[in-house]
Amino acid sequence: MIALHNVSRNFATRHGPVTVLDQVDLMLRPGEKLGILGRNGAGKSTLIRIISGADQPSSGLITRNMSVSWPLAFSAGYAGSLTGYDYLRFVCRVYGVSIEDRIDFVKDFAELGRYFIEPVKNYSSGMAARLAFAVSMAIDFDCFLIDEIVAVGDSRFNEKCNEELFVKRKHKAMVIVSHMPTYIQMHCDRAAVLDAGKLYAFDSTEEAFDFYNQPASVA
Amino acid sequence: MDPQTVLEQQPVVPATARTSLWQSWRIQQRVIGALLMREVLTRYGRHNIGFLWIFVEPMIFTIGVVTLWTLAGMGHGSAIPIVAFGITGYSSVLLWRNMPGHTIGSIEPNRTLMFHRHVKVIDVYLSRLLLEAVGATISFVALASIAIAFNWMQPPEDILLVMGGWCMTAWFGISVSLLVAPLSEKYELVHKLWGPFTYLLFPLSGAAFLVDPLPQGGQDFVLLLPMVHGVEMLRDGFFGSSFHARYNVAYMATFCALLTLLGLAQVRDISRKGVLD
Repeated sequence: MIALHNVSRNFATRHGPVTVLDQVDLMLRPGEKLGILGRNGAGKSTLIRIISGADQPSSGLITRNMSVSWPLAFSAGYAGSLTGYDYLRFVCRVYGVSIEDRIDFVKDFAELGRYFIEPVKNYSSGMAARLAFAVSMAIDFDCFLIDEIVAVGDSRFNEKCNEELFVKRKHKAMVIVSHMPTYIQMHCDRAAVLDAGKLYAFDSTEEAFDFYNQPASVA
Repeated sequence: MDPQTVLEQQPVVPATARTSLWQSWRIQQRVIGALLMREVLTRYGRHNIGFLWIFVEPMIFTIGVVTLWTLAGMGHGSAIPIVAFGITGYSSVLLWRNMPGHTIGSIEPNRTLMFHRHVKVIDVYLSRLLLEAVGATISFVALASIAIAFNWMQPPEDILLVMGGWCMTAWFGISVSLLVAPLSEKYELVHKLWGPFTYLLFPLSGAAFLVDPLPQGGQDFVLLLPMVHGVEMLRDGFFGSSFHARYNVAYMATFCALLTLLGLAQVRDISRKGVLD
């Protein structure tokens, strides 16, 4: 289970402190799939970073009783002169898992062929995206955080990603953050709307969409 | 409200998933190891001698400087062994000066790695500091061993003093880095001025002189600088019988402890500030 209790996050800016998350409560049980809708700048990425543990709240309490992925996106921490293999090795080291039984999976899934041992700076954007996704799938988590999945590369590869994430990992908990209602409707049990730092939770995705599509901000 | 207060007032669920100190230590070891390997590969690559550059680079520097000093006859007209003087002096400068040099600006290229919960600012710094310490130490030990083997210098008179002086100098480098690197993330000016500052500090750092022959006023002034104490101690261990070493370990330790404390506070500060996208 993951629970956020009264979580706020402030950032210092040149024009004073900005409250990006304002007393957010959130609860996610094992296997549950929660969508978070929000317009650009609503604090979606901050929220997902806080859930992942990469960022700390300014106040509030977080309980994390399952293993949580890093926010999956189609980009990752590469140093250009390192290879895809190096990146996989780095991630395996950080999470304390063996690399041997994951090399073949990542190499095949990312369809990199001999480029797997070439520097990432020589990759096309599609290849880099495929590597990032494949490496995310190589580590097992109870809960996956998915930040604004956008279609990169061809539709066949997207199909493969969806299969890997939503079919093979359908029993995992997920938090999906997006500004696209259709994507959330397809994959989530319920949804919440993040608006000006406040999180509004709904029992169904439809209610969340109705709220999200209201013309003016309610906060 | 303070997170701790909330925890005490409203226990939402029993804290079953607490990480013990031992587990945290294991995680940190893994992360620092991973960052270290990544940095070695990024900096030196897989071509020619690869990771051997970690200590070959400082060795070349030191050999060059020691050769110059020897040719220039910086023997101070005394019984000071010039090779030992040069190797101790320049090696300790490399030790403390390269540390801040390689930790300043190290957050930006590693920012995307901090998506991984376990990778923290302090890990990036510690991995780089470890790399610099290992490189400078191997270089120093190798050069001293070679010089001793060829009879260019005598073995150290007191190996414990040598180790003490070296460790104190490393601590100074680490503590300066932990303070200056986070400050350079906050203030561009620190980033810009650090280079010229250390360059100007070099002649005062004790690498190229002994404290004892200086006039009293000069002695008092240079002994305000903590790294002078380190190199004096190092030389005391090597050839202490041929000069009067002047250093105060307590002064240097206090200085370093203070810098470490201020530094850790700054590291914590930039870690908590995070990024606003």
